[in-house]
Amino acid sequence: MTTQDHAIAVVAADTQEPPPPRGQLRLFVDAFASNKLAVAGLVVFVLAILVALTADVISPYDPNAQDLAVRLMGPSAEHWLGTDQYGRDLLSRVIHGTQISLMVGIVSITIATLCGVTAGALSGYLGGFVDDIIMRCMDVLLAFPALILAIGILAVLGPSILNVVIVIAVVSTPQIARITRSAVLTQKEEEYVQAAIVIGLPMHVRLFKHVLLNCLAPITVQATLLVANAIIVETSLSFLGLGVRPPTPTWGTILFEGKDYILLGMWWMSVFPGIAIILAMLGLNLLGDGLRDALDPRIRGADA
Amino acid sequence: MNFWAYLAKRFLHAIPVYIGISIVIFSLIHLIPGDPAQAVLGDAATPEAIQALREQWNLNEPLWEQFLIWFFNVLQGDFGRSLHTNQPVSEIIASRLPVTLTLTVSALVFSLLIALPVGIISAIKRNTLTDHVSRVIALLGISIPNFWLGLVFIIVFGVYLRWLPPGGFHFNKGFVPGVMSLILPAVSLGAFFAAISMRMVRSSMLEVMRKEYIETARAKGLAERWVIRSHAIKNAFIPVITVIGLQTGTLLAGAVLTETIFFMPGIGRELITAMAKRDFPIIQGLILFFATVYVGINILVDLSYAFLNPKIEYS
Repeated sequence: MTTQDHAIAVVAADTQEPPPPRGQLRLFVDAFASNKLAVAGLVVFVLAILVALTADVISPYDPNAQDLAVRLMGPSAEHWLGTDQYGRDLLSRVIHGTQISLMVGIVSITIATLCGVTAGALSGYLGGFVDDIIMRCMDVLLAFPALILAIGILAVLGPSILNVVIVIAVVSTPQIARITRSAVLTQKEEEYVQAAIVIGLPMHVRLFKHVLLNCLAPITVQATLLVANAIIVETSLSFLGLGVRPPTPTWGTILFEGKDYILLGMWWMSVFPGIAIILAMLGLNLLGDGLRDALDPRIRGADA
Repeated sequence: MNFWAYLAKRFLHAIPVYIGISIVIFSLIHLIPGDPAQAVLGDAATPEAIQALREQWNLNEPLWEQFLIWFFNVLQGDFGRSLHTNQPVSEIIASRLPVTLTLTVSALVFSLLIALPVGIISAIKRNTLTDHVSRVIALLGISIPNFWLGLVFIIVFGVYLRWLPPGGFHFNKGFVPGVMSLILPAVSLGAFFAAISMRMVRSSMLEVMRKEYIETARAKGLAERWVIRSHAIKNAFIPVITVIGLQTGTLLAGAVLTETIFFMPGIGRELITAMAKRDFPIIQGLILFFATVYVGINILVDLSYAFLNPKIEYS
């Protein structure tokens, strides 16, 4: 079996995410549902996705429609969150910003998860030379603070949505790879893997159907928390003017455009996108913590 | 293996990683589509200027030779010169570093002053109102981007209340103005760190409090405050130090945003200024500097971890 076959199979195993055996699933759902904070996190996250999906319908105005007659107005009955320096409606821009900020976060971490799981699984299961090469590469990427590496790559690629997605995927991949590798290392010593070897199951079946399935818990938790991190990185880069460029609305670009007006006392352009970011972060952090507690059999049942 | 052998091994392990880092940073200018010199200088550049830069960067040599020249210069502290001011990058870093160090160390001190006592009390008074309140605040702390907190501080304390300066680094005007100008940036930069450390202290304390030796200490009649002081806290701090060490890198990265928002002349803001001017030697030098500090911190963390916990084998 070639390396490429491995890669494809890992990808397949990851995207299908076959459910754990029924009893386990029931335990997980019960544990998750009994954790009120985790459910609240899930609700906030689902609401954010709904806002993103229905942005065109629920926005009161076109997010890019300029109306200089009402520029730099504070919150009012017509413009709930106020308007910016071009007279664009801030609420509509924050709503559309949700769409792009969430999309960047989710797409980049999906790519990072596919790459990271592939790399980590091969590294952990094959060991030896392959492990050394892959993990040394990941060590190099981990040796940079994520935001700094992202800034360095964007210096070359230039600012755009696609480049921000690529950059976040690159800086997040090693985190997933590490988690996957250590989970695979633990799992591969388990008796069921030895049993699978004894009954003659081929290696790709052992790795992708049995081992990785049992590693899904830590990977899912890490991916959830990384989406939160990705959103922070995107907003940070866009706020610095290095990520997504105006006039495209993301939470970061709205903050970028509003920051020159802070000293003039026009606070709404800076405050409201930030509240949207905080809500998304709270939702994802609570969801991640809740998933971790519910998926970990050692903590399950204890107080969360 | 003894401590010194472990130290040597840890450094040896860092060498390939460091070479990898250098290759990544060196490659940056070569990843720009087209001729790097042309791309960096722009369309308006004269052929002579482009040729001069090609020679300055040794672009006419084979790629591996370019790398080796660059790498050995870097090892000697020569990161090249700014494309715009011709100032050596190492001088730029040296002149901006005190600001960044003052900011990050203040943020670190502030966050530990909050995180350690709150985390310990939260664990001891588990599931009381104090615990719930501090956990909610910590959760908010890890959910608020530090640059946004900085913006809100400027609006509230700098613009409306006028209690503290909304930006700048005023140690040249004396100690008191300097400290005043440091409060908002240090608190906004340290907030996330305080929150994450507090959560770590709390969970580590809870873990330790379940251990048998704590029961033993209690059973032998030791007062609860001594159980906590001399047994629990000491042992709980080993994992805490690891996390705190690893997170110090995020403080450095956060300083890029904090310095930009508060107009502080540190290396973080220098990086963003260099990005706007596409001044690649500065960008490369600063990123390499950040990575070097980060790798150094990781080694220190590993060593202190091994040093603090006698049970750890140096392997």
